[in-house]
Amino acid sequence: MTRRLAGEIVVGLVLVSLVAWGVNVALERLVTPRIATGPDAAAASTPGQVPHITATLYYSTPDGEALIPVVREVPLAEGPVAQGRAIVAAQLEPATAQISVIPPGTTLRAFFLTERGDAFVDLSREVSTNHPGGTSAELLTISAIVNAVTTNVPTVQRVQILIDGKEADTLAGHVDLRRPMQKDLSLVRDEVQ
Amino acid sequence: MEPLRATATSTIALSLLLLAALLRAQGAPPAATPAIPLMLISRDARRPVPTTIVGGQELVALDDIATLLGVSLREDAAAGGITVTYRTRSIALSPDQAMASVAGRVVALPSPVRRNGRRWLVPLDFLTRALAPIYDQKIDLRRASRLLILGELRVPRVVGRIDATGPPTRATIEITPPAGVTSSVEAGRILLRLDVEALDMALQLGSAGLIDQIRAGDQPNTLAIFLNSRSGTPRVVTSSTADLTRVVIDVPAPNAPLDAAAPSTSVAPPAAAASTSAAATAAAARSVLPPPRTGLQTIVIDPGHGGTDVGARGAAGTEEKAITLEVARRLRTLIESRLGIRVILTRDDDRAVTPDERAALANNRKADLFLSLHANAASSPTVAGAEVFHLLLDREGEDARRRAEADAVSLPVVGGTARAIEAIRWDLAQASHVEVSAMLAGLLVDELGAHVPMGPRPRQQAPLRVLVGANMPAALIEMAYLTNPEQEKALQSDDFQSLLAQSIFDAITRYRATLEGSLQ
Repeated sequence: MTRRLAGEIVVGLVLVSLVAWGVNVALERLVTPRIATGPDAAAASTPGQVPHITATLYYSTPDGEALIPVVREVPLAEGPVAQGRAIVAAQLEPATAQISVIPPGTTLRAFFLTERGDAFVDLSREVSTNHPGGTSAELLTISAIVNAVTTNVPTVQRVQILIDGKEADTLAGHVDLRRPMQKDLSLVRDEVQ
Repeated sequence: MEPLRATATSTIALSLLLLAALLRAQGAPPAATPAIPLMLISRDARRPVPTTIVGGQELVALDDIATLLGVSLREDAAAGGITVTYRTRSIALSPDQAMASVAGRVVALPSPVRRNGRRWLVPLDFLTRALAPIYDQKIDLRRASRLLILGELRVPRVVGRIDATGPPTRATIEITPPAGVTSSVEAGRILLRLDVEALDMALQLGSAGLIDQIRAGDQPNTLAIFLNSRSGTPRVVTSSTADLTRVVIDVPAPNAPLDAAAPSTSVAPPAAAASTSAAATAAAARSVLPPPRTGLQTIVIDPGHGGTDVGARGAAGTEEKAITLEVARRLRTLIESRLGIRVILTRDDDRAVTPDERAALANNRKADLFLSLHANAASSPTVAGAEVFHLLLDREGEDARRRAEADAVSLPVVGGTARAIEAIRWDLAQASHVEVSAMLAGLLVDELGAHVPMGPRPRQQAPLRVLVGANMPAALIEMAYLTNPEQEKALQSDDFQSLLAQSIFDAITRYRATLEGSLQ
């Protein structure tokens, strides 16, 4: 074999390898499915850089008897599904200046919408196992989540809460979770802050 | 120049080859086609259903389901999902989610819905868990036999075995559930024709003794037993019990007639047990409740929680489940001794009882009143007081209430005739009682309010699980807040518990009087 030929073979191999690597990277980017995680929006670094929307979230009144609507900044997301997810994630976060009605450790596992305008909010099991119990406390928790979605995501009429990926009989023994629920402001006191 | 061009060409060629290889490698995990196709059996057809096995799960394409079962598909570009519609009801699916929303309810699927471009794949269980509830024909998936049966078809399970190679060779065929069998012998084979639409038969027995083969016949309801050319005249004896039909085939050697001993005692052919009557199926699908009674003869008291379900807990460790039981027992003593009304508790010890079991007990005992006792919890220790709840209906429940829906169901009864029974759907049982329940709640609030502290919202309506299935006026009482230290102490005390029991007793007395018309 001549040196010339050997050189060309080497060049050829190098070129082929470069093309292969480039194609590999490009295909990986195209094919990797986007996994829906919960509070990915909240991981945004500086608030100034990520666009936000103002949303109404629900927290406990100081006397613990009702809910109050509180206006907060929630990261902007594209489309009702992503925005709904961001809203629920924000509602689930423990808030420093507010009293949360969400049991500690509750995370959002999934959020999806049907074309009928029903949202499904899949929460981790802490929402049930860490709940203090009691009909009134359950109603406040559910009301906060249902209202957060229906108030801020206009296309959503009803919300069904799932626990750990499954339909649940009740949240913590009292309230029936087996069907989607509508916005209910009966437990909300009118003081938007 | 030439060598350079050659190099360039070979580079491009190799790159293209690599591209192709990478595309194959990067694609979905390797898909396989199952060895035995899934067969769809319907009244007029028998068709294979194309399926794919991906990652150990057998999937079927929604397009194939649409063609075979007549459903329509619509992709939802905005939400990225797809809707499967049959007549007026639909199922919503999202890619990569292992669940389906079926006419508003969520069902789990064993594996996620997959989407490859325009092609949607769902696990086989989609057919039974998601489609069957909205479909107008029965969908029966028999995985082991690779059959998908559509409609009320009789497809009995058929198993066969060779009992003795002999000669004489004996084979037994068992058919479950029983079916009518006619047999004929012709041209070296026995043909069994069954009085059904199709056979669920995994067997294909090879040769043994004087029997060459046993396998499915040419028609979907036939079985053929191929006899060796050197066999004598076979004997076929069919018998049936309530559970199965048995066909015993004896094949002797030629010129060695079979002895007179019959294989088993013959039983009279089964009375039309093979087909499932449509009425029985429909009735089983509904829960049957008798119509409501008048008067106050039986009261069911439901001590909330129990067993592993502790309920709310006070800071001093008081458990809701214990308090509810104590108050329930006090109340029972009061009512039984002073009103002479029968009282039943949904639990009289520390055990877990599901919401439906509690309502079922009340329904089965034909109770006239259902009261559930609980203790409340709040995020703040200052919240205190009793609250009374009755059921809040959702839209469907409201419609049912307005229509005062009660379907008459015709059920077969012993003796051969049928009887019309007023039946109410389980999850709408409380709907027809909501107004009286509201009145009951009002009385409870009145009487409790006269004796114990009341909460911030003394009277509420809420979608409470335990009340849903109760087919009588019902209410739930949150007696006090366990999260309030003072109230926790009170709930432990005899005096407070007696006060609660007395108040509820007084409300029941007034309720009975209202029923009997002596009060306005």
